[in-house]
Amino acid sequence: MSHQSDLIAEDITAYLKAQEEKSMLRFITCGSVDDGKSTLIGRLLYDSKLIFEDQLSALENDSKKMGTQGQEIDFALLVDGLAAEREQGITIDVAYRFFSTDKRKFIVADTPGHEQYTRNMATGASTADLAILLIDARKGVLTQTRRHSFIASLLGIKHIVLAVNKMDLVDYDQKVLNAIEAEYREFAKDFGFSDITPIPLSALRGDNILTKSERTPWYEGPTLMAHLETVQVDDQAASAPFRLPVQWVNRPNLDFRGFSGTIAAGTVKPGDEIKVLPSAEVSRVKSIVTYDGDLDEGVAGEAVTITLEDEIDISRGDVIAGKDHPCEVADQFEAKIIWMSPEQMLPGRPYIFKTANKLVPGQVTDLKYKVNVNTMEHTAAKQLELNEIGVCNISLDRRIAFDPYAVNRETGAFIIIDRLTNNTVGVGMIDFALRRASNIHWQALDVNKAARAELKHQRPAVLWFTGLSGSGKSTIANIIEKRLFARGRHTYVLDGDNVRHGLNHDLGFTDADRVENIRRVGEVSKLMIDAGLMVMTSFISPFRAERDMVRGLVEDGEFVEVFVDTPIEVCATRDPKGLYKKAKAGEIKNFTGYDSPYEAPANPDIHVKTAEMSAEDCADQIIAYLEKNGYLSANGNGKA
Amino acid sequence: MTKTLTHLKRLEAESIQIMREVAAEAENPVMLYSIGKDSAVMLHLAMKAFYPSLPPFPVMHVDTTWKFREMIEFRDNLTKELGLELIVHTNEEGVKEGIGPFTHGSAYHTDVMKTQALKQALDKYGFDAAFGGARRDEEKSRAKERIFSFRSAQHRWDPKNQRPELWNIYNTRKAKGESIRVFPLSNWTELDIWQYIHLENIPIVPLYLAKERPVVKRDGQLIMVDDDRMPLRDGETPEMKMVRFRTLGCYPLTGAVESTADTLEDIIQEMLLTKSSERQGRVIDHDSAASMEKKKQEGYF
Repeated sequence: MSHQSDLIAEDITAYLKAQEEKSMLRFITCGSVDDGKSTLIGRLLYDSKLIFEDQLSALENDSKKMGTQGQEIDFALLVDGLAAEREQGITIDVAYRFFSTDKRKFIVADTPGHEQYTRNMATGASTADLAILLIDARKGVLTQTRRHSFIASLLGIKHIVLAVNKMDLVDYDQKVLNAIEAEYREFAKDFGFSDITPIPLSALRGDNILTKSERTPWYEGPTLMAHLETVQVDDQAASAPFRLPVQWVNRPNLDFRGFSGTIAAGTVKPGDEIKVLPSAEVSRVKSIVTYDGDLDEGVAGEAVTITLEDEIDISRGDVIAGKDHPCEVADQFEAKIIWMSPEQMLPGRPYIFKTANKLVPGQVTDLKYKVNVNTMEHTAAKQLELNEIGVCNISLDRRIAFDPYAVNRETGAFIIIDRLTNNTVGVGMIDFALRRASNIHWQALDVNKAARAELKHQRPAVLWFTGLSGSGKSTIANIIEKRLFARGRHTYVLDGDNVRHGLNHDLGFTDADRVENIRRVGEVSKLMIDAGLMVMTSFISPFRAERDMVRGLVEDGEFVEVFVDTPIEVCATRDPKGLYKKAKAGEIKNFTGYDSPYEAPANPDIHVKTAEMSAEDCADQIIAYLEKNGYLSANGNGKA
Repeated sequence: MTKTLTHLKRLEAESIQIMREVAAEAENPVMLYSIGKDSAVMLHLAMKAFYPSLPPFPVMHVDTTWKFREMIEFRDNLTKELGLELIVHTNEEGVKEGIGPFTHGSAYHTDVMKTQALKQALDKYGFDAAFGGARRDEEKSRAKERIFSFRSAQHRWDPKNQRPELWNIYNTRKAKGESIRVFPLSNWTELDIWQYIHLENIPIVPLYLAKERPVVKRDGQLIMVDDDRMPLRDGETPEMKMVRFRTLGCYPLTGAVESTADTLEDIIQEMLLTKSSERQGRVIDHDSAASMEKKKQEGYF
């Protein structure tokens, strides 16, 4: 195995120094074995002298035994024992091969086989910067060329080499190459490729692979290897706005809080203004920390740890972006999906979506159409089968920071995971967010409780109804909600039943569970107040301490304690749920008023007595209180 | 002008991203450390990935009790110096039964003291993700293995049923009892490894460098007499020869090569000019054709 044997032998230090400056290119080869793909890859490996002598002698033996080239070396054998592996029943989807020259290291994704072609090629293309499309000079642009081009374009490959192979079989005729190039350029004009480089080749004879062929004197372009060694591919990510998807929060001790991740695009320097998405908090970069010392600049592709000037809350899955060009935030998208599982994709079924470092549950809400990979025709569909490509609407349970895939592959891609089997069943590329509002970047603090309340013309608060079972809490709360709703107010009623069926279904009626029940209801109320709502809670809430705890959760004036005061005898007579009867019979334990205490409020904000007043009158009294204290006007002062 | 990343920087960044992903998503990860050059690079990358934190997982060595003594010494010193938690696991049942390569042959020894021992260790500590230093360029069956490779609760690899792996988005979800082998060096070649060791000044076991060592020639291989457990056959006398090792493992199973390369530059030069592949020195690969694939399906790393 050798590159520049002379330099290695004469000055190994100089050689190593030069090697350390090499760049890397990842590419994919598309085409069937019939097009001479294995021969081409074998030739690249062989000609770059990355074959050991023991491998070479095995190759020579195999070529004589099984080769198709007489006494010549059959390069295809070097690449693979595909047939043998098929016999073993092993599906080879993508094999990665490596070779290097003095200028570059290459990683080749080789995706053999016709079956599962879409899935395999998409996998190989996802990490490739360039695609070599093999075309048989005798056959020209075929359906499979279209398919390969479409998938390459779908996965965002920008650089295409049109490797027109078997030129020896068309007498190295320039017209053949020109015709193929013209046809291909016309057909690929909408694929978004930034460059298409046609090269006339004979992989078998080595024409224009490493050295310029004398048999194509009319060809003035580079050899395949020269092109692969020099093509510029990483300029797009480097010049894009800065993106760092946070992978891991680095906290070795209380004095250091860093955010580790690989820079997905752009560059970053200490002092740069950044914005964290989705929270939209802003700060400045304090340092770019690495094991090898702090950096003056971090660039796309580097794995770094960033510290910020301000202490803001950032977790895994957030994206740190340049302040002036932040990424978008949304929970609904249009995306292209490639389905990779034998189990079909069904709209509405819950899946887990994983984007750059973030796992979010969600579903495909609508399959708009599927795309035929051979003709690019759109057809209506209800489901996606293995290897099918569809354009879908997706709805996630949480907002994520993203860029359209066409803008940034790193922040625009996702995989789809089955919740039961944990398999990766599909992959997707975001086109755009569905809600226009999501393109308006969130400004931290701009949309806050006050803004939401103002929009609703009310002063958010929780009306905390407390009283014995059957005292009339829910009845009154419902009347109030109807009246406020009729006046265009935004309300919600939380009561024991709707909460215990879902949020608190794990809780029983022991004292500890009652406390937890109230704590959770208090927290939910707090969130709803933040959302700008008038919340009515209808819980016995027998303990003073818990009611006071909720009062402490929210701001002054946001907790309005309503004591629904009804003697226990009256409640027992009403007994709307038959609970007093059961309690009396000893069928239920810990029943408030019987074997569990009720601590009446000492100083409620509102005190209604249902034994003396109708529920409607009680509601009037409460609404009068709300009006008087400014809860129902946009800029009301509320109760001090 | 923005700096362009070299191929080694790109490989480094990819490996670091893989390691951070495991640290973030696995419940109880571990790094398998074999003391060889690939492990040396992997450990170095782990130190970089989490800096200024230490890697948030222990390092585990499955000790067959037949490793070169210099390897053990190197292991203990390095992990101590780096401040890492080191777990050493040995199959005690195998030790009790006196399993060894001289008495039981390389295949049986490797199965009991390495493959079985590894499964024991993973089960004992309940590790759900284990880093290994394997590279795709090592042999054919690895060229198609995923970076995140799933193992059943019985530690078996199912090559027919691998998850698609696109971009750098890795699916780490698994059922209880299942585990993941993670190969952060998948896209490195042997040459990359040596260049990186050179560039980063990564310490390696001195056995890689040529030195006079006591060896005997046996079955076409130069075997170093590392301790007195090695029974000498008739006519065998240890000779002092300038030798070095291209791979490291159990000393009775690791052939030395005659060499005068006693600096890192020299061994890279020698490797580049020599024309036989790395695994030739490994006795265990010669046991049967397609042996590695078979071993892996059975739970060998």
